[in-house]
Amino acid sequence: MSLHVPTMAEKMAAGESPEILFWVGCSGSFDDRAKKITKALVKILNECKVDFAVLGTEENCTGDPAKRAGNEFTFQMQAMMNIQVLEGYEVKKIVTACPHCFNTLKNEYPELGGSYEVIHHTQLIQELINQGKLALKDGGTFKGKKITFHDPCYLGRANDVYDAPRSLIEKLDAEMVEMKRCKTKGLCCGAGGAQMFKEAEKGNKEINVERTEDALETKADVIATGCPFCNTMMTDGVKNFNKENEIEVLDVAELIANAADL
Amino acid sequence: MVSIAAFAIISLAGFGFFAWNMLKIRSNIRLGRDLDRSDNSGERWKTMTLVALGQKKMFTRPIPALLHFAIYAAFVITQIELIEIVVDGLSGSHRVFREALGGFYTFMVSFIEILSLLALVATVIFLSRRNLLKLPRLNMKEMKGWPKMDANLILFMEIVLVCCIFTMNGADEVLYNRGISHAADLGEGSLGFSLSSYLGPFIFGDMNDGTLHTLERIGWWGHIAMVFAFLNYLPYSKHLHILFAFPNTYYSNLEAKGRLTNMESVTTEVKLMMDPTADPFAAPAEGAAEPQRFGAKDATDLTWKNLMDSYSCTECGRCTSSCPANITGKLLSPRKIMMDTRDRIEEIGNNVRKHGKDHDDGKSLLGDYITEEEIWACTSCNACVQECPVNIDPLSIIVDLRRYLVMEESKMPTELTGMLTNIENNGAPWQFSPADRLNWKDEA
Repeated sequence: MSLHVPTMAEKMAAGESPEILFWVGCSGSFDDRAKKITKALVKILNECKVDFAVLGTEENCTGDPAKRAGNEFTFQMQAMMNIQVLEGYEVKKIVTACPHCFNTLKNEYPELGGSYEVIHHTQLIQELINQGKLALKDGGTFKGKKITFHDPCYLGRANDVYDAPRSLIEKLDAEMVEMKRCKTKGLCCGAGGAQMFKEAEKGNKEINVERTEDALETKADVIATGCPFCNTMMTDGVKNFNKENEIEVLDVAELIANAADL
Repeated sequence: MVSIAAFAIISLAGFGFFAWNMLKIRSNIRLGRDLDRSDNSGERWKTMTLVALGQKKMFTRPIPALLHFAIYAAFVITQIELIEIVVDGLSGSHRVFREALGGFYTFMVSFIEILSLLALVATVIFLSRRNLLKLPRLNMKEMKGWPKMDANLILFMEIVLVCCIFTMNGADEVLYNRGISHAADLGEGSLGFSLSSYLGPFIFGDMNDGTLHTLERIGWWGHIAMVFAFLNYLPYSKHLHILFAFPNTYYSNLEAKGRLTNMESVTTEVKLMMDPTADPFAAPAEGAAEPQRFGAKDATDLTWKNLMDSYSCTECGRCTSSCPANITGKLLSPRKIMMDTRDRIEEIGNNVRKHGKDHDDGKSLLGDYITEEEIWACTSCNACVQECPVNIDPLSIIVDLRRYLVMEESKMPTELTGMLTNIENNGAPWQFSPADRLNWKDEA
């Protein structure tokens, strides 16, 4: 099945304005693993005939890692350029599969003149299922499997979104198991605050290894998450224990796309 | 008469010295930068009621929460008895509320006694887990020396306080049994308090009248002396949280935790940069304020709320024990960030009072107290902010210190320089061409 991915520019040329902008993010655009998440989400959007578009080559880093690294100049330059583009297309609603983009667009753009309704992709998928637009097949790939959810900090603690991803996992024909540190007490994967782009400071352990231990303890078959950075960190963590044949790291969008046989 | 005068002098000195110290702390906090938290008073009262008064966030760890609640409740309710002590002390009366309140007085003191016993048990458990069980979060590096001593002193004072209450009530009970208490005779043969009516005769029953009167006075004076000692110890101690928890939660950050503050000064600059008509050589407007330092190098570059946070910290270490960096052996400890901030602003405050406002002691929060290694270990995950029972925000201090390093000194881990350059050059933190952004669409 080929993906239908219109750009805002194409939509505008056709005189249309889509209901929602899919903000793909840098990981979702360039990282090989995260691109699969992007495609899974697009399959869901296509299946549900959601009227969406992407910015394509007009999209730019939100500036999140710059802001968290302490470079407010770079952040605000990025933000203002992005806001100009978004205003040009009269964007009202944005969905993104990256909690870092989600947080920045939602909480840090309004003060710079960019106010939009911003939702995380798990919230959008939940909406689509609740509206009956997306049906999951019975049985399916995850029958009898255990799935645990790793809370991305920028979705959970930063924005208090805990239920949307969990409600999606509960819709699968699988058993949801919680790690000992979850929800408000969830342990970071180690990538936030611009750590994704640097080596960790000297310590006695990598944070993603500590977190992967939490996940392995649940004896889950799948570690689900909702963030491309968390995905990378948890995947590396699983490799560290040589468990990549036993436990999979998947985004909630991939789980749902799989279960809907897309 | 002598004792009334003595009491009046002690009270005056006790409250006076306390007020003087609190004013010093207030002036230290006001050394911080402006921040507007005057909005949304309804939500603020609600937050304060739930988090400070109701101790909502403590209860994520139920056992210490219950023990802490026992001490807290005993402390709050005992204030009623304290009012009586003050009235008695200044008027020469004895148990002045007893006749007026009757049965309710008996109930109230009985309730205080039960809470005091629970508080005593809690205090002993707290002392043992700190010193015998050596709970990790209470015995980390930054807790060595004075912080450990401070914590133990507070717990010790609490034990003395409770012992004084029971000595006072117990001795008075025996005196009352013998019909020679100074308490108004309500004719029941016992003061009727829940615990001291048993404990009193059991411990003090064999003593003579003179000893009992002395013991009762020792309990009474001991109690009030401890209260004043405690009150005046607060400004020097982490225990200040019993007062600061209230304003500190009132002025909480009510926004989403993920939102970092917007730097207005940078917004102005960026708007100028993006404005093609702006004159790059224009002189600053007449009377324009001198530009502030970007971010924070010293404690005075932080906001007053950051400084209030530092005085509200009771060093419980919930932040540090949930910090992913600390858990995995990095130097960062959010609690230490708060302790360093408080120590530094105290030092600056003392310097200002001694040598005037512009005195420079050549030291700074970043460098002399907090190292770069600590702040670069933070993942900005907000676990510390989430955990703090009095809504302290160590993350905002860390971010402000990073801002100073990056924007004023261009100092940061080399990989981050690369990341920032990539964002500036090709709109992504990695070196990919912006033209390739949509390539994923056509990849199998």
